[in-house]
Amino acid sequence: MRSFPSPRALQARGPECPGGLGQAAGPWPSGRGQRAVGEGRVWQHLPGPVPAGAGQDVGRSCILVSIGGKNVMLDCGMHMGFNDDRRFPDFSYITRNGRLTDFLDCVIISHFHLDHCGALPYFSEMVGYDGPIYMTHPTQAICPILLEDYRKIAVDKKGEANFFTSQMIKDCMKKVVAVRLHQTVQVDEELQIKAYYAGHVLGAAMFQIKVGSESVVYTGDYNMTPDRHLGAAWIDKCRPNLLITESTYATTIRDSKRCRERDFLKKVHETVERGGKVLIPVFALGRAQELCILLETFWERMNLKAPIYFSTGLTEKANHYYKLFITWTNQKIRKTFVQRNMFEFKHIKAFDRAFADNPGPMVVFATPGMLHAGQSLQIFRKWAGNEKNMVIMPGYCVQGTVGHKILSGQRKLEMEGRQVLEIRMQVEYMSFSAHADAKGIMQLVGQAEPESVLLVHGEAKKMEFLKQKIEQEFRVSCYMPANGETVTLPTSPSIPVGISLGLLKREMAQGLLPDAKKPRLLHGTLIMKDSNFRLVSSEQALKELGLAEHQLRFTCRVHLHDSRKEQETAMRVYSHLKSLLKDHCVQHLPDGSVTVESILIQAAAHSEDPGTKVLLVSWTYQDEELGSYLTSLLKKGLPPAPSGGS
Amino acid sequence: MLDCGLDMTSTLNFLPLPLVQSPRLSNLPGWSLKDGNVFLDKELKECSGHVFVDSVPEFCLPEYVYVPFAVPEWKKGRKPMKDVVIEGSSKGGEFETELIDLSTVDVILISNYHCMMALPYITEHTGFTGTVYATEPTVQIGRLLMEELVNFIERVPKAQSASLWKNKDIQRLLPSPLKDAVEVSTWRRCYTMQEVNSALSKIQLVGYSQKIELFGAVQVTPLSSGYALGSSNWIIQSHYEKVSYVSGSSLLTTHPQPMDQASLKNSDVLVLTGLTQIPTANPDGMVGEFFSNLALTVRNGGNVLVPCYPSGVIYDLLECLYQYIDSAGLSSIPFYFISPVANSSLEFSQIFAEWLCHNKQTKVYLPEPPFPHAELIQTNKLKHYPSIHGDFSNDFRQPCVVFTGHPSLRFGDVVHFMELWGKSSLNTVIFTEPDFSYLEALAPYQPLAMKCIYCPIDTRLNFIQVSKLLKEVQPLHVVCPEQYTQPPPAQAHRMDLMIDCQPPPMSYRRAEVLALPFKRRYEKIEIMPELADSLVPMEIKPGISLATVSAVLHTKDNKHVLQPPPRPIQPTGGKKRKRVTDDIPDCKVLKPLLSGSIPVEQFVQTLEKHGFSDIKVEDTAKGHIVLLQEAETLIQIEEDSTHIICDNDEMLRVRLRDLVLKFLQKF
Repeated sequence: MRSFPSPRALQARGPECPGGLGQAAGPWPSGRGQRAVGEGRVWQHLPGPVPAGAGQDVGRSCILVSIGGKNVMLDCGMHMGFNDDRRFPDFSYITRNGRLTDFLDCVIISHFHLDHCGALPYFSEMVGYDGPIYMTHPTQAICPILLEDYRKIAVDKKGEANFFTSQMIKDCMKKVVAVRLHQTVQVDEELQIKAYYAGHVLGAAMFQIKVGSESVVYTGDYNMTPDRHLGAAWIDKCRPNLLITESTYATTIRDSKRCRERDFLKKVHETVERGGKVLIPVFALGRAQELCILLETFWERMNLKAPIYFSTGLTEKANHYYKLFITWTNQKIRKTFVQRNMFEFKHIKAFDRAFADNPGPMVVFATPGMLHAGQSLQIFRKWAGNEKNMVIMPGYCVQGTVGHKILSGQRKLEMEGRQVLEIRMQVEYMSFSAHADAKGIMQLVGQAEPESVLLVHGEAKKMEFLKQKIEQEFRVSCYMPANGETVTLPTSPSIPVGISLGLLKREMAQGLLPDAKKPRLLHGTLIMKDSNFRLVSSEQALKELGLAEHQLRFTCRVHLHDSRKEQETAMRVYSHLKSLLKDHCVQHLPDGSVTVESILIQAAAHSEDPGTKVLLVSWTYQDEELGSYLTSLLKKGLPPAPSGGS
Repeated sequence: MLDCGLDMTSTLNFLPLPLVQSPRLSNLPGWSLKDGNVFLDKELKECSGHVFVDSVPEFCLPEYVYVPFAVPEWKKGRKPMKDVVIEGSSKGGEFETELIDLSTVDVILISNYHCMMALPYITEHTGFTGTVYATEPTVQIGRLLMEELVNFIERVPKAQSASLWKNKDIQRLLPSPLKDAVEVSTWRRCYTMQEVNSALSKIQLVGYSQKIELFGAVQVTPLSSGYALGSSNWIIQSHYEKVSYVSGSSLLTTHPQPMDQASLKNSDVLVLTGLTQIPTANPDGMVGEFFSNLALTVRNGGNVLVPCYPSGVIYDLLECLYQYIDSAGLSSIPFYFISPVANSSLEFSQIFAEWLCHNKQTKVYLPEPPFPHAELIQTNKLKHYPSIHGDFSNDFRQPCVVFTGHPSLRFGDVVHFMELWGKSSLNTVIFTEPDFSYLEALAPYQPLAMKCIYCPIDTRLNFIQVSKLLKEVQPLHVVCPEQYTQPPPAQAHRMDLMIDCQPPPMSYRRAEVLALPFKRRYEKIEIMPELADSLVPMEIKPGISLATVSAVLHTKDNKHVLQPPPRPIQPTGGKKRKRVTDDIPDCKVLKPLLSGSIPVEQFVQTLEKHGFSDIKVEDTAKGHIVLLQEAETLIQIEEDSTHIICDNDEMLRVRLRDLVLKFLQKF
């Protein structure tokens, strides 16, 4: 005989010895713990000049989760602010000597922003990972284009060495398995993942990772309010053990989007009215489309004539993606796309380099978004000297970029060749990032009803505030691990077994309403064979194992003083028991014996003493309580016989 | 309920609805009974020996076959899952009353957009209050099909609604096929757009491989069936049973995502329906024939008319056209696609990248439209119009090729072209949709001079593919409509045109209740961790452990949970007067069963160890009797039983009992 180890006995080890992860204790199918491992510097907040809106397009998401013995890597982001090793996550955190493929069961990419997928080719092709990488269809379509763009800027323009190649991007994408929303993907027999709509950017998804009855939800970046082109994030009441949520806007309840939009339009309009040029540096996908739709509708309504351009190539192509993946956009766009595809812009035309020198007002969307290279920087240099012009930064800029410098108030920039660029144009910052604010985060926690919450992708102070709020309002534990810290969560999963229908029906037939005062007990035998657990009735268990029942019977002799005939004694026993045991079935059989349920009582004459009768009370072990009770009851004797009895 | 298709063949009994006043149709002679009674001649018209009803066309509502699954538990839950109904595709047979009360149906699963055309009748007029599940393309394209149907019928309002002929006594006297039409009293006029919208609002969108919990009792999952955009097969499963519903599936490579066969494995029952209607025709061959006839006609200066649905095979035909158009020298010929939903259909086809085959998905990644008809439209080779009115009349050039509906030739723009081109033998009508008999479809246009070509393109499973599929998937039982278990009546010798599998398929007929041949044995139950902790397993045989469980059963929303039994309530002191009945034990608290046997010698040794003396053992026929002479107690020990006979000495009895129990295992 051996005893069951508790299903709650957990083993979680530090990242140094990952080999021991998820070793299940005991025979239970899922008695395991889970941990979320923060990759070094992952949650590092980048100090920036901008209080709100920071964090977008920056940072580097990469989280390792061990659940039920499975290891899953969530996102594989790069850091835009670094040009050296620190650019990519340090994958030696995952495993020092083993192959990543052996250690990781799968990789999940939440959306196409480079801070969530930028390190993927490095990870899969240079460090080496051959397992499955899951992402949504739009992410799969757009991700390689952004990676290629990123590579070009890094290698071709900045001449960096030891970077991944175009071929590596292609090879990496071959390992991608596309998932649809709400599809349950069986990664292996135990591990399944499911994607939910996250808003944020085209194809962004939240992922549920499930092993047995344990689950984790990772939100990636999400947006709880629908915007002009995307819908709001949604998740069902999936009650995960852990919800890992971004917390970029942990403390902010953002002012109405309408105000920001009006502000933006006003600034653009004023500049154009006075004949100035507006430069809006953007990343090709995401906010660019949102702002394009905004300007397009404004131009239409105000009947403006000034040309709007977006820089060639990527953005134009990007709009195609939005057209073809229109099912991922918001309700309104989807409904009206047959009459009018919102991504077929009437007023917005492709930009040609020569246009920059054209006289008169114009609005140009140009990549990249932080003015660190490429077309946006070229145009900026051309237009910076004229105070009539304006540059609007719609997103966060990493330190070191031109965008960051001008936003922090620098008016003189040193360019290559010791050339100094004096900035006379107006510089504006406007947050259009599509992250959930504090209200939205709380809303999502309420939707999913997790057992605990883990905050990532945010600033420690703000996270602390949100943590308290979540713990207060939802009464769940909330974690905000420091960088590289491992969080271990104990879980107490229930054990799923198969119950034989016969047993279940028998039990349910006895009444469906549970009586709080007198709970009825279900008796059965749990048969455990390998990982197959079945609960059956005891009879069936015996039968299945080919064992015979051993009947244990007791017969007690109870002596009674009674000189009457045996039959009359039996009759007296019968009426005594009948009056006492109202809830039991007491019978007087034709052969003179009395039964209480299945307990048999017979009266016999005493061999020596005619004044004494012997009651033989006989029961099986299954009726032990009642049998024992009856013997002690009868031992006390019978009540005086009713008059006329003798 | 599985699917709710609409039988539109009933419309073949009606006169076509012309878009433009047709003197020919309006001058058809009335038909009267042989006894000269003429009261029917307003309702019935005769054309080339066939009799048609001159009225708004009506549809035959779905028939149901009732398959009660052996799941009585579902009925006990708070929200019961009642029965599963399979739409029957069989015809004929007698029945009068409605087979089931649709208000008792909880869920309708839709397999593809053709199989949902009766939905408004059910959701709006039967008391049905359940949920309908379908994929997004199915709903969107289904909406287009319904919209087209409503539009076709509503834009030519017809005052007359014939009903006299439906009288049973009169119908009997009518010529075939009117005489044999079934259930004419239940035929209904088309629904309205309002009803369509309301019906569609009751649909829950689902994606392939999405697991949907129904009332905690079963899980349903749609799988790609490879037949049309968003078309699905369904898996209905509990934790221990699995039923697959395979309807309208295709193994051919066309535009939709390939059929998911692997997920159908390990089915207890596989319900198979929606096989090809033309098992003898090879779709590839038919496409070839289609284009050679098309090219031939156009080269001779004739026009080609293709009656079709606005979605489905037309996408493949347009794609073939795109590849074929230049090599066949057809680039100067205009191609017209006329339907109130033509534009929507072409646009919608481009946005369902995730539901398309791999090649088309890859195109979207470039990013390019998945279907080449985008290019045909851009280059003006293909033009689409909502109807023959408006722009089309200005652009119309002959010879040309026209794709338009409805394939029944009873309504839609196709009626106009039949009237327009029917008299010239230069023109050709090519039938590609297999739903209607082309001869019957043509009957009200006779006599016809135009050529008629029948190239049915039905990509659904044929019998060879079915047997391949069944070998692959290996269900324990196959259930299918009766027609699939015998060769078609017209080809009675073709033994290959039927389902052949082992064990033989169980067939269902119209209005028949079929019990499925599996017995449910287990259901899932969760053991709470606290209870699991308290269990004490013992190894009975190598690899097999047992633990007796005594627990409290909680059932909520069809989910069962076992919780640890409550601690016995401690007596609360003498405040309350104790009654005799308090002591009476509850007989429902059962003791476990025992198993094993008691070796006499060891038992006696144990007794001695525990202070019993004067023990005597006697052998009997079946075992032994152990006598404790001092205590006047006798223990009969046999292989499968032990009997302790003693005086009323409870202490002694309990001691002996516990000693005996040490040798036995509890269950």
